Order: sequence, then C-alpha cells, then structure tokens
Amino acid sequence: MRHLLSTADLDRNEAVAILDTAGQLLSSDDRGVRKLPTLRGRTVVNLFFENSTRTRISFEAAAKRLSADVINFAAGGSSVSKGESLKDTALTLEAMGADVVVVRHPASGAPHRLAGSDWLRAAVVNAGDGTHEHPTQALLDAFTLRRHLSPRGSGAPASGLDGLRIGIVGDVLHSRVARSNVWLLPTLGAHVTLVAPPTLLPWGVDSWPCAVTNDLDAVLPDLDAVMMLRVQAERMSAAFFPSSREYSRRYGLDARRTARLPEHAIVLHPGPMNRGVEITADGPRSVIVEQVRNGVAVRMAVLYRLLAGEGVLA
Amino acid sequence: MTTSDRTTVIRGARLLGGEVGDLVLADGRITEVTAAGRAELPVGARVVEAAGLIALPGLVDLHTHLREPGREDAETVESGTRAAALGGFVAVFAMANTDPVTDTAGVAEQVWRLGRAAGWCHVQPVGAVTVGIAGQQLAELGAMSDSAAAVRMFSDDGHCVEDPVLMRRALEYVRAFDGVIAQHAQDSRLTAGAQLHEGEVSARLGLTGWPAVAEEAVIARDVLLAAHTRSRLHVCHVSTRGSAEILRLARERGMPVTAEVTPHHLLLTDAAAVDYDPVFKVNPPLRTAADVAALRAALADGTIDAVATDHAPHPVEAKDCEWAAAAMGMTGLETALAVVQEAMVDTGLLDWAGVADRMSVRPARIGRLPGFGRALAVGEPAHLTLYDPAAPWTVVPAELASRSRNTPFRGHRFPGRVRATFFRGRPTVLDGAPVFEDAPGFDGAPVADGALAGFAS
Repeated sequence: MRHLLSTADLDRNEAVAILDTAGQLLSSDDRGVRKLPTLRGRTVVNLFFENSTRTRISFEAAAKRLSADVINFAAGGSSVSKGESLKDTALTLEAMGADVVVVRHPASGAPHRLAGSDWLRAAVVNAGDGTHEHPTQALLDAFTLRRHLSPRGSGAPASGLDGLRIGIVGDVLHSRVARSNVWLLPTLGAHVTLVAPPTLLPWGVDSWPCAVTNDLDAVLPDLDAVMMLRVQAERMSAAFFPSSREYSRRYGLDARRTARLPEHAIVLHPGPMNRGVEITADGPRSVIVEQVRNGVAVRMAVLYRLLAGEGVLA
Repeated sequence: MTTSDRTTVIRGARLLGGEVGDLVLADGRITEVTAAGRAELPVGARVVEAAGLIALPGLVDLHTHLREPGREDAETVESGTRAAALGGFVAVFAMANTDPVTDTAGVAEQVWRLGRAAGWCHVQPVGAVTVGIAGQQLAELGAMSDSAAAVRMFSDDGHCVEDPVLMRRALEYVRAFDGVIAQHAQDSRLTAGAQLHEGEVSARLGLTGWPAVAEEAVIARDVLLAAHTRSRLHVCHVSTRGSAEILRLARERGMPVTAEVTPHHLLLTDAAAVDYDPVFKVNPPLRTAADVAALRAALADGTIDAVATDHAPHPVEAKDCEWAAAAMGMTGLETALAVVQEAMVDTGLLDWAGVADRMSVRPARIGRLPGFGRALAVGEPAHLTLYDPAAPWTVVPAELASRSRNTPFRGHRFPGRVRATFFRGRPTVLDGAPVFEDAPGFDGAPVADGALAGFAS
C-alpha cells in the first residue's frame, strides 16, 4: 500500500490485513501498552484545510502511539483563500521531509492530486476530501462491525463481514463516509442498503454495489447494523428536504425505530451527531463512543502498513 | 520582394479530399485551379509540393478566447492567432470576456487592430451582449456593429443571458444589423457549484454535478424565443444528446437557429476526470459516451453546423491545483482539425468536403464573414489549409504555440496534422511551422508604428 486515497483501491486481503493489524494494536492498548517504538524518527504531517478536531486528534494520537514525530499543519480555509496553493504547501512539506501526509481538504480529489503529482514523495492518507471519501472512517466502521457482529467473535483475525446486512441512512449525496463504506463493506462481504429521500441520493446510485430504498421502516427489521449519517440543517435551504422535523420523522432513528431493529443489531454514527435530527434515541445498541477508540487503532494500523510495510507487528 | 507578393503554386493537393489538382495563388487570390501537374511555374514562384495533402478552404473558428486585453499571462492576440494559424485557421472570433470586457466599440476595435498587427489570421471580435457580461443591461451593440471591427456576433460566453426579457430584446435588436446572439446555455441555479457532468462519474468522485438539463432547458427556451422574434440564435458549445435533439426539432421546424460543438466534446468523456486532473475541467463539462455519439451524429447530419474550439488558455497555476479550485477550459486551436479527423472522418461520419463545410463555410456564414469559407475557385480569396491525414504525431504541450499548456491531449497520438496555412495568399504556416518572415504582414503592408498608440493610453 503506497497511499490510502479511496477504499475502492483496497482488495479484501488488504482491508482484512488492516483490520487485523488494528486488532493487534487494540489488544496492546487494552493491556495498557500505550506506545510502540515502531515509527521512531518518522514524520507524520496532519495537513488540515478544513477544521476537524476529532479526526485530527485521532490521527495525532495514532501517530504518537507509534512514536512518530507529528506536525499539525492547519491551513484554516481553502488553499485559495489562504493565498498559498496546494502545490506550494506540498513542496514545503516535501522540503521538511514528511514521510506521511494525512490530508483533510474541502475539495474532492485533493489527496489524489497530492499523491499523483511529483510535488511530494510522502505517502498520502485521505482524511476526508469534500464529498468524496473518508477511508479511515469506513475502516473503523468495518472494524467496529467485525468486533460486534463477526461470527467468530471479537476481532477474529482474517475474517470479513460476510453476509452482514448494513443500512446507511441519510445524506448519502454529500457524504464521504457513505461513499467509502459503499466500496469497503461489500469488499468485505457485507450487503449494504442505502436509505435516503430521493433528493439526497446521487445520480446513478443504481450502479453502486448496494441496494437503495427510500423507506427506512421497511428495512430496519432485516439489518444487523444501521449507520446514521450526519445531516446538515443548511441542506434545508437548498430544498433537499422541507424541514429538519420532517426529516427526523421520516429518517431519524427514534425509540420506536430502534425497537424495530433485531436484538443483536448495533447503531453507528461517524460523529458529530445532530441529536434530535438523525438520532433521537440510540440507547444501549450504540457503539458510537467505541467507534472513536477504534478509530485510533485503525489509523495506527494504516500508518503502520504505509511506513513499516506488511510484516507482523514488532 | 515580400512573400505575399510572390506567386505560390501548390502542386498535387487533393481538393476537398477529392480530385488531385494544382492551385496558383497570387495577389491574395486564387488565380488558377488546374488538373495536377498542369499549373505553370512563373519565375520566382514558391512551389509547395502537396502530394497526399488535403486542400481545404481556410478554417474559421467561431469561438476563441484570445485573453487580450487583460490576461496576457494566459494568451495574447499574437500567440493565440499564431496557434490558430498552426491549427489551419485563417479567421477566429475572439470572445468578449476580456478585461476590460469587449462591450464597447473601443475595445472591439482594439482587439481587431491587434489581430491585424499580428497578421497570423483575421481576428473578428465578438461583442458582449450585456455591459460587463453582467446580464443586467444591453451593451451598445449597434456601436460595436458600426465600428471598424464590424461586430456581428454577440455573446456573454462564460455566462448565460438568463433573463428571458433581456434575451428576447437582444435577439430582436441585433436584427437591425444582421447580428446573431451566441448563447452560452446554462441555468445557473441548476449548476451552482457544478464541477463535472452529473452522472455516474461525478457521483463516485464526489464532484457536484452539472446536469444536462441545465443546458437543454435554456436551449429549448432560446429556440422558441428565436422563432418568436424571427431573429438569429447561435448556440455555443452544445454538449448533450438532449440538446442535439432539441436543435434537430428546431431545424425541422425551420427555426433560425445554428449551433456549434467543440472538438473536445467530440472525443473526450467525463471518465477522463477520474484522477482529478483539472486539465479536463471545462464548461460545459465533458459528458458521457452516449452524448459524444449523439454530437457526432448531429454534426454529421448538419443539425450542428460547426466545430468551434472554445480555445480557453489558462496559466499553469490555474490548473496546477485541486479540481474545485481550478479554472474551467482547455486549449484547442492546434488540435481541432486532428480531432475532427479522428472523431468524424476516420469513423466514416464525415468526408473532407463535410469538414470544409463545418469548419469553414458554415462558420463564416454564421459569423457574417463574407470573404471566408469560400470555394477553392479562381477569383476567391486565397485562404487555404493544407492538411496531411497520414502524419501521426503525439501532443507535447510545451511544443504548442499557445502561451498556455492546458491541452487535454497531452500524450495523445493524432492521425494527421496541418502542413500549411495561407492567409490572404501569404503562407502563415509551411511544413507545419509558423512563417515569421514578413509578419506583421496584413496585405504585405506592415502596420504603421503609431497605429496602436491610441489604444495604449
């Protein structure tokens, strides 16, 4: 693995290997081994052109637990408003000797530009680009799903998500989390159903490797997990839906809908949540806090596999 | 003796891709058309051996961005028209979105004079429809028409004249001087923030979609307005199958509508965007293979009248960035005819006489340039393009004459290329290279030093 730009680039073996590595790292975490020497002397740059404290500190924690040097480069707005181009920023990081650049950018494809150009030799990790992808979020979702729902139980190595039925609910059109999951989860053997009003589904979604429906209530009893996407209230002004109340009534996860899920089903959310819009009651089925912890392990695994290669953990 | 005074004998060219013949050019006109090997060689005549070359009437581009005045870092009238000559063009229509905008007689005359001074081809300014291309108030269309530049085509290209009342009045008003409104058809509300054709590719890439309906809805309205006002409408860079269908219906009903398609919309699809290289970012966007097929068919059957380049040079930094931040547009003058060979001729959709019609005769007629797009016949102005359809070449952006490098065809291998271009009898291109001697050489008479002084202040 040279870069991590899109989950569509991961085959099953590679995806499973990342989850397995994350599993090993997490168990060391459980024993209280907070830090590994693996990436001592390597430099990880968190290049954030868009504010995301959660994702940034998750990557920062992951890099630090692997003993890498971490530089946080917060570019504030877009490269244009800042006055420095993406290219010049990349050349600067190259001159500083970055080994990995973790990039969050409001423009879809910006990590591809960094990885595909001759501006930079570092490995590039997509930490969310526009409305395109957020691969480490999908990997941590898959990791969380596997720990809870895999037939061989917690973190079983070498297993995928075969046969699991996952619903992804909400603003698919604008969601990079949805796109990354739509490629990754079927690669791991899961069946994905997208649930959204027609206005929040992208054109041509029929060609994606998943089912699509507008009716949340109809699919809930058949799901092993439901992933609620964040819905931004400002979508209302662009007529994607009439009001957040109506959205919540039709697509929000309330106590009544949670009760329609099978006993074993879990509820995921990439955070931050709009309580009262997409989720009003998640209850004990929620694994949302656990997702955050798993995120650090998965990001450690990604950094490890990019920099330390494919061998077993030291 | 200057080059333009010399008699030129072109030997053994395939006239419009058909019969082989000789052409003699003298005093800016075609003075002889004979069977191959029959033309006499006057003393001192330049002989151009043209065996295997196609002779076409000099090409006319209805849609070029020369960027001067204002963005000389991207292109100048000189560099853009030199690129045009290398592409086989003898006349280009210079779009109005300059800085300042070409919305007054003064700016139109400035662009026109810069073209004369450069001498590579005729530069016909396009006037803005509205002041500042702002879509609010009609520009002084009559003054531009009455100017030395004799503007006949008006366009807010880059922006759509969206207000239906303004569009109606513009169509009506220019009828007084046989003008035409060239519309950039785009509903801005349906394309807010649009980055790429709305389809499977844009959905996967997470790029905001530019739906076909945003073009088609405006074209449908405009053809109805043109019919109602009995005024001439020209539709710029038609890019969708649905647009072609609307235009076909309009033509069948005899509506006064013409249309153009760009070379890139005849060859490239939205799949080119998968690596987010903004060199493929253009407006209207690259569409699907089904659209490409429909556009080719519409050009072949004459529903679409003309190929027009929409040559849109941009400096390196405007493309060396993330997709959303990049400028829209691609260069096209130097590759247009090769694209048409690959997309239309080699596919059997159009013969060379058809190419002459779509790239010279009809564009000149639409733009009301009476001296261009003429037959290869004695007495006609000596505007001529010689094209070698069996001269494969690979595009290297740095080797092109345009000041900008944003060609979408980097590394593409084309089947043929322009060998020579004659503008008013003077060779502007020979052996595929620009001829600098005697330039500026409008009718052999250098432009006086002071001729541009009034425009410098």
